Amino acid sequence: MSDNDLNPRRSFLSGFGKFTLSASAIALLAGNEKLALVSEASAQTANNDVTILNSALGAEQQAIAAYQLGAESGLLQKPVLDLAVQFQGHHKQHADVLAKAVAKLGGKPVTPLKDYSFPKDKLKAQADVLAFAASLEKGAVSAYLGAVPILTDRELAKAAASILGDEAMHWAILRQALGQNPVPDAFMS
Amino acid sequence: MKILAMSLAFLTLLASGPTARAADGDAGRGEEIYQRCVACHALAQNRVGPRHCGLFGRKAGTVKGYQYSAAMKKYAVTWDDAALDHFIENPLKVVPGTKMGYAGIKDPQERADLIAYLKKATSDPKTCD
Repeated sequence: MSDNDLNPRRSFLSGFGKFTLSASAIALLAGNEKLALVSEASAQTANNDVTILNSALGAEQQAIAAYQLGAESGLLQKPVLDLAVQFQGHHKQHADVLAKAVAKLGGKPVTPLKDYSFPKDKLKAQADVLAFAASLEKGAVSAYLGAVPILTDRELAKAAASILGDEAMHWAILRQALGQNPVPDAFMS
Repeated sequence: MKILAMSLAFLTLLASGPTARAADGDAGRGEEIYQRCVACHALAQNRVGPRHCGLFGRKAGTVKGYQYSAAMKKYAVTWDDAALDHFIENPLKVVPGTKMGYAGIKDPQERADLIAYLKKATSDPKTCD
């Protein structure tokens, strides 16, 4: 087992950078049009990976903002508050890794929105905050499930699946805290 | 009579297209499927993705206050059942360069259910003012 196998974060960051957007230009300059076409295809797949990672990054930034809103609402009591802060920390780690991955692929990481227009007027009790967070976590699981099969780089797909597992645990624990069946189905969608 | 029969056959063929499939969708099941979208989308607010209220009959890439990709701004469709069915199946293939980095929903019945829900929810005055 390699060191990278033991360190998903390092593995996530080391598995790409194989495609550079200037590769086709170099091949064209060298007079090799066939190679240029191949390189353009590679660049397109890298672009798709950037798009997919940026979508995930946007969702992570939204989750960070949502947990911040929950933490500052005064509605969460310990130990739920501590759990929310811990989950927010996970999302910050995901966002950090995703942003670095996008940059390493030659893309521009998306930045957090100034305002997510969260439904503050509907958050009146701890259960409302937990239900809102659970809905975002479920959405995040689905987003990663929609990303894993189309990420070209298998190391990226592996890392996205690793994050998916973390989001699914958040979702299950939030459901448990709400008194709901934490794992209602055998499969996620 | 032959022309009438041919016309009826043509209409039947049209009715068997994506629009008819969407009409057969289950909005209740579609609401569950919509939970897959909420990491990025909301009905009434722009978030990571644009708001869905007012979706049907809207030109692609035109929600006020949302920063679209250049590709989506150029995508010359008006959202209806058929256009949504096509896009949701494989967003990155249908609109290369879209910001929606998602594999899509491959099951036609799930797309029909989702579209049925969207049609109901995005025109609900309680949610979409």
